[in-house]
Amino acid sequence: MMNRYWVQRLGFTLLSLISLAVVAPILVVIGIIVVKGLGAISWEFITAMPFDGMKQGGIFPALVGTLLLTLGTALVAIPIGVGGTIYLAEYARDTWVTRCIRLAIVNLSGIPSIVYGLFGLGMFVLFLRMGTSILAGALTLAIMTLPVIISTAEEALRAVPTEFRTVSASLGGTRWQGIRYIILPQALPGIITGIILGLLRAAGETAPILFTVAAFFLPRLPQSPFDPTMALPYHLYVISTQVPGMPLQIQHGTALVLLALVLSMNLVATIIRSYFRRRRQW
Amino acid sequence: MVALKQAKAAGTDWREFVIEALIRMLGFSTIGFVLLIFLFLLREGVPSFYKVPFSNLFGIRWYPTFDLFGTLPLLLGSVLVTVTAILIALPLGVATAVFVREVAPDWAREILKPMIEVLAGIPSVVLGFFGMHVVAPLIRETLGTPTGLTVFTGGLVLAYMALPTIISVAEDALDAVPKSFRDAGLAMGATQWQTIWRVVVPAARSGITTAVMLGMGRAIGETMAVMMVTGNAARMPLSLDSLFKPARTMTATIAAEMGEVAQGSIHYHALFGIGIILFLLTFLINLVAAATIFKKQRRGGLR
Repeated sequence: MMNRYWVQRLGFTLLSLISLAVVAPILVVIGIIVVKGLGAISWEFITAMPFDGMKQGGIFPALVGTLLLTLGTALVAIPIGVGGTIYLAEYARDTWVTRCIRLAIVNLSGIPSIVYGLFGLGMFVLFLRMGTSILAGALTLAIMTLPVIISTAEEALRAVPTEFRTVSASLGGTRWQGIRYIILPQALPGIITGIILGLLRAAGETAPILFTVAAFFLPRLPQSPFDPTMALPYHLYVISTQVPGMPLQIQHGTALVLLALVLSMNLVATIIRSYFRRRRQW
Repeated sequence: MVALKQAKAAGTDWREFVIEALIRMLGFSTIGFVLLIFLFLLREGVPSFYKVPFSNLFGIRWYPTFDLFGTLPLLLGSVLVTVTAILIALPLGVATAVFVREVAPDWAREILKPMIEVLAGIPSVVLGFFGMHVVAPLIRETLGTPTGLTVFTGGLVLAYMALPTIISVAEDALDAVPKSFRDAGLAMGATQWQTIWRVVVPAARSGITTAVMLGMGRAIGETMAVMMVTGNAARMPLSLDSLFKPARTMTATIAAEMGEVAQGSIHYHALFGIGIILFLLTFLINLVAAATIFKKQRRGGLR
């Protein structure tokens, strides 16, 4: 009779070891990149132009490029994403059209990032003649981030109790007034979390910007949205695979800056979520 | 707290109408984007299907410089890497989801869940970079292969990229199993361990299938990490030892070659053709995954 409890004990230990095998490599990845990259980090590395075939100097234009791309993505993706979410959560009834929208969102989230790159090249760069530019890249990335924003934000809107809507209506508020003054403020932390999660994905992506924005080596800052630019993820790809004899420390330093950028956005999203979840009164 | 403005009928009617129309349009736009993506893939990719003979297009040689556009080795490369990734990620993912949902004490859960979110947030190019510099040399030395950039390396890295998806969806599926199922199992004298594997996991089967499908979709569409660690040799992976040799996936082919082709050339159209295959493949996978979700909702009564 003790035997099966012994089996359970063994089983639970096995499960905990497997979970450890899942998370331990994450710490190893971060640890190695931090340890090997920290030596490269300096004020100059962050703020200087690269020179001597990128083997010297810094990553300034790539960093600025990624920030500008992320900003552009936010400008396009936030209104579309939040509007789409409001429609799905507050207006849409359960019809076949709504189901089509849901299927489209599932599908958008499943399309490979490189296919977004092809689409951006075909539509924005060539057909709409934007050329390889920040604009073309931001539009491509924005469409890619939509499903992340919508699915997270919709959860936040749906978490607001129905009573809030009925009370608003009973006070004579219109549907939009209810959404604008009651539902949205209540769901704001969740919406912001969704936006950050979407944008951090955009900031770290390489494949969609390969043919739409990214410049191999362009040691100046972009002057307008129609300029190409270097970008951090692509820069990391370039210096780790395309440039022979690249100092390892610079490679790790670049990876560290990218990792730090993305993980700090992740941290902000987590903090916002847990802070407001604790403060919520319903 | 909230200043609800009195609705002035005449003032708000048209505004309400305009806002609702705008929001409806934004909601519908997602369908538009999917159609646009497919349309532009077709526009640029379809010429490859009539400019290149079928025997060539589905041949076993991809040498664009000699006008050979056989997509078969690329397709098989993608499939092999993806299957390897899923074979590694499925047991790890389900075990972790079970541990997090059913077994782990609170403090362990508080550590595991954010860690898995961190993994989901690491850019693929960073994981590829890590794979190149750490995982590949490790595999080369332990297995004694001439190169560490193999299908197995790619599958291993991809497995970890698919894990966050698999774990979170599988965990939701376990979460949806009513507590009464667990109570019933325990009341029958089963241990918690027996209840988990004979009652809870079978009840969450469809959700776990969805998790695996979505993980597979992630893996087959992954580009940068795969390109950096699988070695990029467009050869037919037919023998068993192909697992420890380089291969090349569809995604990596597009990423590596699109930058260098002339727009409008056959090679250019062929790369878009691969894009069409990828689009349809992931569409199919997601459709099946979504169908399992819909079926689950229809069953209603059970949960």
